[in-house]
Amino acid sequence: MLRFLIRRLGLIIPTFIGITLVAFAFVRVLPGDPVLLLAGERGMDPERYQKLLVQFGYDRPIYEQYLSYVWGLLHGDFGVSISTKRPVLDEFLTLFPATAELGLFAILFAVAIGIPAGILAAVRRGSLFDQAAMGVALTGYSMPIFWWGLLLIILFSGILGWTPVSGRISFLYFFPSVTGFMTIDALLSGQSGAFGSAVSHLVLPTIVLGTIPLAVIARQTRSAMLEVLAEDYVRTARAKGLAPSRVIGLHALRNALIPVITTIGLQVGVLIAGAILTETIFSWPGIGKWMVDSISRRDYPVVQGGLVLIAGLVMVVNLVVDILYGLINPRIRHR
Amino acid sequence: MRAANRLFATTAIACLLSGGAYAQTLVYCSEGSPEGFDPAPYTAGTTFDASSKPIYNRLVEFKRGTSEVQPGLAESWEVSDDGTEYTFHLREGVPFHTTSYFTPTRDFNADDVIFTFDRQRIEDSPWYEYTPGISWEYFNGMSMPDLIKSIDKVDDYTVKFVLNRPEAPFIANMAMDFASILSKEYADQLEESGNLPMLNQQPIGTGPFQFVGYQQDAAIRYHAFADYWGGKQPIENLVFAITIDPAVRRQKLEAGECHVMPFPAPADIEALQNNADINVMEQQGLNVGYLAYNTQMEPFDNPKVRKALNMAINKQAILDAVFQGSGVAAKNPIPPTMWGYNDAIVDDPYDPDAAKAALEEAGVSDLSMKIWAMPVQRPYNPNARRMAEVIQADFADIGVDVEIVSYEWGEYLARSQDVKRDGAVLLGWTGDNGDPDNFLAVLLGCDGVGGSNRAQWCNEDFEKLIQDAKIVSDQAERAKLYEQAQVVFKEQAPWATIAHSVVFMPMRTNVEGYVMDPLGGHWFDGVSLAE
Repeated sequence: MLRFLIRRLGLIIPTFIGITLVAFAFVRVLPGDPVLLLAGERGMDPERYQKLLVQFGYDRPIYEQYLSYVWGLLHGDFGVSISTKRPVLDEFLTLFPATAELGLFAILFAVAIGIPAGILAAVRRGSLFDQAAMGVALTGYSMPIFWWGLLLIILFSGILGWTPVSGRISFLYFFPSVTGFMTIDALLSGQSGAFGSAVSHLVLPTIVLGTIPLAVIARQTRSAMLEVLAEDYVRTARAKGLAPSRVIGLHALRNALIPVITTIGLQVGVLIAGAILTETIFSWPGIGKWMVDSISRRDYPVVQGGLVLIAGLVMVVNLVVDILYGLINPRIRHR
Repeated sequence: MRAANRLFATTAIACLLSGGAYAQTLVYCSEGSPEGFDPAPYTAGTTFDASSKPIYNRLVEFKRGTSEVQPGLAESWEVSDDGTEYTFHLREGVPFHTTSYFTPTRDFNADDVIFTFDRQRIEDSPWYEYTPGISWEYFNGMSMPDLIKSIDKVDDYTVKFVLNRPEAPFIANMAMDFASILSKEYADQLEESGNLPMLNQQPIGTGPFQFVGYQQDAAIRYHAFADYWGGKQPIENLVFAITIDPAVRRQKLEAGECHVMPFPAPADIEALQNNADINVMEQQGLNVGYLAYNTQMEPFDNPKVRKALNMAINKQAILDAVFQGSGVAAKNPIPPTMWGYNDAIVDDPYDPDAAKAALEEAGVSDLSMKIWAMPVQRPYNPNARRMAEVIQADFADIGVDVEIVSYEWGEYLARSQDVKRDGAVLLGWTGDNGDPDNFLAVLLGCDGVGGSNRAQWCNEDFEKLIQDAKIVSDQAERAKLYEQAQVVFKEQAPWATIAHSVVFMPMRTNVEGYVMDPLGGHWFDGVSLAE
């Protein structure tokens, strides 16, 4: 196990270098001079332009910019936003809880529906339910998030008036942020109705963000179950007269869940990609919306720092998933 | 920092609750997040709406709904005969906001005015760069460092600005967002505690609303300032609910989750107008979209050629295809809502036959040219590519061959400044201070050649008129000079003036007293909510 951990941790270093290189290069190939964009139609005299170039460090050779950037990262300095002048890490930490809360709800929603649906589809393979569920899953998987979000808003908020259009909580409630999770903070605030408002604001974004993971988890559960159900030990369990619920719930599901857990872990990346659009539609103040805003403002330090932070996060989650996978599946850690 | 946040959030709740009636809370679905709450380092209207407008006042203010200047924190002012000394007499008894993070011990006075401007111009001041990377874009952009020689305190309620040269638009500049007056006492307190960046995060002003709290990228809360010198506001609380997507803003407005929204999508305007619960206000924007010829390149150095081409442009077709109802044809380089606009000017008629004949008369045949199309959307030009295509078709009718080119925005702005640039450029301008000088001198003055004067046009008569207008301080006299300048402009035709945008402002019908700002700002003082 220790060797497995060391090997796995050793992979982090080249991955980190790769991420910083990609983030750095990606931002540099984006067309647009951030200093010129700052001035817009108003223009800027050459002297001032030069001064700002120096101030932002864009006058130095590219490798120097990269090295000082990595040096800063290693010291926890992710840069300062050009537009808000606040440290990138501060902004990330302020906004991250909103994304985490939404992501958590989305993944719970996806698991709560995806796994039972996948099991049922596998057990009743070829039935009408199986075909319908897999059809819906495929549709969900191919759904453009932006369109899906607006559709739900127009239907449930606009026409039916059941859910709020956007935001995290009604403007009637205002309380200090303790955990950054609006649902928990609402409970802590003790204001009546605040928790309900926070939950009602979560419904639509959770569905929108959870749709793709739900589809993936349902399909993965179904195929893993089908594979396991065809194994000899399942036949043996059946042959010795165990109740079908025990055969499926105990013998089959436990083994089928191993690849499903990996899939759930891998959805973290998908969730962050989805959060970018979901947060923009629902005015959800998280890191997805923050990235979009920063790209359009050519706020290099934020885009760069944000990419590294997000990639780092995905990396850590994948590491945890790998370790968990190693724990529950001995074949992996001994390989 | 976190403790401070908690403290003021708790006070905020107390404020909100003591305010009582939630019905008196106005929610504005704003289009983006503010960059900060000190307006001077920024240039974005979104930031000004959230900072300078509700929280601060200026020495002089734009009269609501116009671009005319009226007294603000200065009750009156005098200009010396040579136009280089401006003496402001300050209003007495104006208190600053009292919040959980600051309790003022004195009223507004001359020290606050001097601090406000010195932090933007005195490089050794600790405030000059109080947050890493901060810079004073508008103060520099309006050439204030070159213009201001000194700012002197005559007494506690009198301040004198000495300029290096006469500059009549100076008074309008003092009504701009960057000139919002901050509290020196508050700044001193922050300096003592070594907490300078708070100036940009927890603002203190003299304005109609005081800052309560900001949840980043989500909402900004304000409370009516009970001791506001202009009288307490009819609404108790003001909330900016940040909603970036225009389709979502519309849904929120229709669902009653907000009372006012800016920048509706053009496609939604008709539906909003048909909604009985919603009132859609409209006004012409303080902007102009134009096509600038390079007047230093053959054959565009000949005014007859430029006039001929202008006659070939079908502006109505552009308004239909590009603006879809959100624009009006432009005949002058300044918008009609601005003082000094010359309405007597007759626009070049759309007449392809006459255009063709005029071109032949000028000795030009087989002309081929480039038209530059901007890669970004602007109120004055929502779709430059489409606009270029319409003009391309119009010019084809008179036998002129057009190639459309475009560059990435930063490149576009830089390359189009080049005196040797090949082609006519589509661009525009949105006014900063409501002064015609801000359009005519910046965009068409001789100093702007090789820079913001994209037509590279330097005309002696025109230049004399706009330079004279900088020196005279009487507005009626200045207006006359600008009217003449527009006559010269029309004869010389360095641009084809295309359009001014129309700005729409949808709001719930229970919103009363909202006045649209020709300068594009969004103000909520004086606004009330009917039961």
